[in-house]
Amino acid sequence: MSDRLDDLGRDEALRLYRQMVLIRLFEERAAQEYAYQKIGGFLHLYIGEEAVAVGAISTIRQDDLVVSHYRDHGHALAKGSDPKKVMAELFGKVTGLCKGKGGSMHLFDVEHGFLGGYAIVAGGMPIAAGHALASQYLGQGRVVLDFFGDGAANEGEFHETLNVAGLWKLPIVFILENNLYAMGTRVDRASANPELWERAQAYNMPGQRVDGMDVLAVRRAVGEAVRRARAGEGPSLVEALTYRFRGHSMADPARYRERAEVESWSGRDPITLFSAALQEAEMLDDAGSQRIHDEVAAQVEEAVRFADESPFPPPEALYQDVYAEG
Amino acid sequence: MPEMTYREALSLALREELRRRDCFFLMGEDIGAYGGSYAVTKGFLEEFGERRVKDTPISESAIVGLAIGAAMLGACPMIELMTINFSLLAMDQIVNHAAKIHYMSGGQVAVPLVLRMPTGGGFQLGAQHSQNLEGWFAHVPGLKVVTPSTPYDAKGLLKAAINDGNPVIFVEHSLLYGMRGEVPEEEYVVPLGQAAIRREGTDLTLIAYSRMAHVALEAADKLAARGISAEVVDLRSLRPLDVDALVRSVQKTNRALVVEEAPKSGGFGGEVVATISDQAFDFLDAPVGWVGGADVPMPYTRPLEALAIPDADKVVAGVQRMMPGRFR
Amino acid sequence: MATEVIMPKLGFDVEKAKIARWVKHEGDQVTKGEVLAEVETEKVTLEVEAYDSGTLIQIVSPEGTEVPVGQVIAWLGQPGEKVEAPVPAPPPPAQEKPAAAPAPAPTAGQAPAPPAPPLAEHAVRVSPVAERLAAEKGVDLAQVTGTGPGGRITKDDVLAAAEQTAAGKPAAPSPQAAPGVQVVEPTPMRRAIARRMSESKRQIPHYYLTMQADMTALMDLRRMLNEGVPDEARLSVNDFIVKALALTLLEFPDFNAWYENDRLERQPQINIGLAISLEQGLIAPAVLDCGSKTLRQIARDAHSLAERAREGKLQPEEMAGATITTSNMGMLGVESFQAIIVPPQVAILAIGTVHPAAVVNEAGQVVIRQVCALTLSADHRNSDGAVGARMLGRLREYLEHPGALLS
Repeated sequence: MSDRLDDLGRDEALRLYRQMVLIRLFEERAAQEYAYQKIGGFLHLYIGEEAVAVGAISTIRQDDLVVSHYRDHGHALAKGSDPKKVMAELFGKVTGLCKGKGGSMHLFDVEHGFLGGYAIVAGGMPIAAGHALASQYLGQGRVVLDFFGDGAANEGEFHETLNVAGLWKLPIVFILENNLYAMGTRVDRASANPELWERAQAYNMPGQRVDGMDVLAVRRAVGEAVRRARAGEGPSLVEALTYRFRGHSMADPARYRERAEVESWSGRDPITLFSAALQEAEMLDDAGSQRIHDEVAAQVEEAVRFADESPFPPPEALYQDVYAEG
Repeated sequence: MPEMTYREALSLALREELRRRDCFFLMGEDIGAYGGSYAVTKGFLEEFGERRVKDTPISESAIVGLAIGAAMLGACPMIELMTINFSLLAMDQIVNHAAKIHYMSGGQVAVPLVLRMPTGGGFQLGAQHSQNLEGWFAHVPGLKVVTPSTPYDAKGLLKAAINDGNPVIFVEHSLLYGMRGEVPEEEYVVPLGQAAIRREGTDLTLIAYSRMAHVALEAADKLAARGISAEVVDLRSLRPLDVDALVRSVQKTNRALVVEEAPKSGGFGGEVVATISDQAFDFLDAPVGWVGGADVPMPYTRPLEALAIPDADKVVAGVQRMMPGRFR
Repeated sequence: MATEVIMPKLGFDVEKAKIARWVKHEGDQVTKGEVLAEVETEKVTLEVEAYDSGTLIQIVSPEGTEVPVGQVIAWLGQPGEKVEAPVPAPPPPAQEKPAAAPAPAPTAGQAPAPPAPPLAEHAVRVSPVAERLAAEKGVDLAQVTGTGPGGRITKDDVLAAAEQTAAGKPAAPSPQAAPGVQVVEPTPMRRAIARRMSESKRQIPHYYLTMQADMTALMDLRRMLNEGVPDEARLSVNDFIVKALALTLLEFPDFNAWYENDRLERQPQINIGLAISLEQGLIAPAVLDCGSKTLRQIARDAHSLAERAREGKLQPEEMAGATITTSNMGMLGVESFQAIIVPPQVAILAIGTVHPAAVVNEAGQVVIRQVCALTLSADHRNSDGAVGARMLGRLREYLEHPGALLS
């Protein structure tokens, strides 16, 4: 890994590292707050998958767009959303990104180009393609990253979207986060052909599979796809093989996974891997790593405190924003 | 004042928007090279080109999703769905996404999008091509639903819908495309949420929308021959519903009958009946009547299809049930 | 300091879970992240992890017990540390003798709304069933006052009228008055008020409690909040009282009830009726759902209510939905008075004028404070003086510590 780190430079490398740590600590804290009933409904944690969001989003510009699914906290944070506002949204407070109206699965942050947050599997895909269409139509030169899971790859909307995107050469990169399980169903029990990246071929776009635990490998693959898209060459499909260290959502003991499999993947924690690479390249030492952890932990605590102290929306908010004022 | 067909009025509205704003473009199946399955966009591809008039693959869900995504970012797409029957393939995008994104995002992004689609049956097209699903959409908070019944309203409501800033289900009727009517030369708008009194009367109020507004007018003629003066209210919008207009009319006539093409049970007509009962109870001389389509999948064969769809005679029969004294 | 371990929320629809097995035992060292116990929900068995490190000093819920989410199941702390016993609930206040019932005074009542504008002046609102009954029983609808929404004549109204006629009271015109005497025929509204007030006094054994509230802090707060605020958005003293009453009723639901069918029916919403004096008489429409509204919302709604009452544009629920009523004669200079309860409500609050008075403070000194007399009239069939006094006392507490009213 270390030889590729030279392209990155120390500052950018540490920025990526810090982002991954932020997502990890944020998610762990969110899990705790859910147990304390500060967060309700569904909570899908990104623990173990940090390298995919961080690696991919590190390749795009501020004005490019990211669309995700319901396991979206990591993408929002990587795109630049304020952890305080994300936590407040999870707590359902009026100071949250969506004033408490969206919740964990429907995060939106227009200011930072993070456009959801969708709870319907594959539901965000055609919409993401629509954002790319708008960019193409209006000549804006923006690229869209569309994140979805292995489960989405079997939805009709996946196929319809890839077809139209390939047909019209939309400036979009489809990032398939294959964590091997769609809730409790393993990918080889759901897909006639579990080599999901091969589907790209059917829609006339390049497809590849990368190691989703290696933030630099993700970065390399998505970076190339982004270049293609921005040059008008059309979309690509990048399948990142990754693993979620926790269950599908809270209260999922994930009995459908073998203990041995979980342990084997845990040994490839993306943060640990990157940390080791950084240390080997002498970009980070133990003290530096500890300092980053402490700073991020404090940032997460601040986010929880902010969320806790913020008010809930008032009753009249129930009827606000059903329609936009013409 | 010039006269044109319902179809031509829609075409005109679309042309005006395409000429006026570059961000405005159309997407739909066979709207370009084929000219549109109901010929609303005939000649458009030649005039405006592929960029502005996009033929799409048969992927209703993706098409609607694309339009939603584009609308969220300031491009101005308009979708034509070949018929309302095929909107079922895009229900997730329409109901779970278009209707809810503005709310879920706390008002950060809107979905200013019009989805045009013809509804209704009567051409022997069979069960899967003859439905009236506009009532389903009227049940979804976050959507608006309009049902023009004349060329004038078709153009005016389409213009209003395009500028509304919200997802609007624009429901045309397959049997109305050839209907002729007056359409002003100058630009005009028919506001959403406003019903129209098609005919004034004093003895009862017939309430209808889309093609049934014409059936109600026909019924009013027949009733007039019996000395019964019927007022006809054309809803024009299902959501928002013009409750004031309904109440004002019932205050005057004291009797109401709803006419709807969609199957009666569980239909939107029930909403109108309940609203009148709730808001104008003190002015009612009888329970609100309701004539709807037969509760069956639409049969193919002509005589049975005719039985399944309300006509003027069925409406008159409904009125007789309500006011038997006037029929002796 | 010991930290509590609670039963975590284990899924969006999980309300409780059973402790299947304690993995750690009392006295064990625990590191953050380690599994403490296995718990069973209806769907699945899950592990509870420790969010802190320490020694497991006490297990509160043994294996096999079912525990609601959020409740303490164990304590973590230093070895040998004792967990503090929970603080006992404060003892209930001492019983007091109910106050005596002094001479009555006529006041606030409720009348049906004036007929809505679209109906012709002499048209009668009546339900179909009532109309049929009236025909059957030979009741003249013009003589019946309606108690239904919007003043509609209901079945009950017709039955009541029929009874009266049967009892031998003819609906004949009043006898000729003596010369020089000016006869004032009551309007339908006045007739209805007369009927209701008599009925209330006849049926309901009223008792009355008066307390003096120190309004000084409230008046200061009000002045501060109204600074620079346009007239229509200003808070009135009554707005504060309504908010305080709403908060009080949350703790005393028996006063937010209707007494019907010989039993008390606690109402789901707190709708506080405000006695409003109109040219034609007195009505008491309600500000709905005060329990969910802030002070400002209540003020806004009360203002709107008064305006609409004058224009005759009240909603049926506002007219007939009050669960308790307040009457404020402060602006007329009345120091204190006892109001008449509006059935089927069980209480009414009479508010006197806020005025400076000499009071003796805790230090035994005579000081000038702004005071106001609050008189609660309550129905002795369903409450006793002691609880009435507690309720009134709580209301006074809210008024004297008005910070709580700003929620």
